[in-house]
Amino acid sequence: MRKKKWAMPDEKICVSCGACRKVCPREAISIWKGCYAVVDEEKCVGCGICAKTCPAGCIEIKEEEA
Amino acid sequence: MKKKHWYDYLWIWEIIYFTLGFFNILFAWLGMIEFLLPLLIAIIGGNKAFCNNFCGRSQLLTKLGTTCKCSRNKPTPKFLYSKAFRYGFLVFFMTMFANMVFQTYLVASGAGTLKETIKLFWTFRVPWGWAYTAGTVSDWVAQFSFGLYSMMLTATLIGLIVMVLFKPRTWCTFCPMGSMTQGICKLKAR
Repeated sequence: MRKKKWAMPDEKICVSCGACRKVCPREAISIWKGCYAVVDEEKCVGCGICAKTCPAGCIEIKEEEA
Repeated sequence: MKKKHWYDYLWIWEIIYFTLGFFNILFAWLGMIEFLLPLLIAIIGGNKAFCNNFCGRSQLLTKLGTTCKCSRNKPTPKFLYSKAFRYGFLVFFMTMFANMVFQTYLVASGAGTLKETIKLFWTFRVPWGWAYTAGTVSDWVAQFSFGLYSMMLTATLIGLIVMVLFKPRTWCTFCPMGSMTQGICKLKAR
């Protein structure tokens, strides 16, 4: 079974700076109405680049059996 | 590779801004663009396109921190992105901005005199007289230039310090403009 990984930003902490959106190689992140980052789980491959970039450290990489 | 846009080069603008202000302080007024544009985008558009795409300071921090590897890339301490610190810093920054406008008013009304200095970190006075020839414009216009340039330079210096210590864009977590525009967007999105 292939494992599904994806990034999950914490909208309570997110400062919506857009640093994650800029580094995402899959263009899977958008800033919802300037409030917080939202990840498109269809596009996200869970590479974790955004999590490493986020200055507020609010992105968690989730993992689940597909 | 992702497509590069014209606005991905705005970090150059940030360098040009500080260079211009070094030679002629009156260019500091251009900083009002960086002050009003994010607010207008947030109020009218209800988004953070400024922070996300156009902010020269954040691009410069990314360039130096990520591309030039000048950042330790360590996690930002929690309190720096806590709501209390973010809004506290916003209030502090706006108070200092209001004080700067008040100083300009004092000079305009004749109650104060023009000081040809830059104030770093709201504390240290640095002589900056070479960037201005007295009498070129009304004293208050020059006073505001010195004040705004001080604010912009202080913000960038703090940004650079936290960039070196933590993540390249740690400044963005408590940037007053960022907090303010996010606040506006949250109010609009309700």
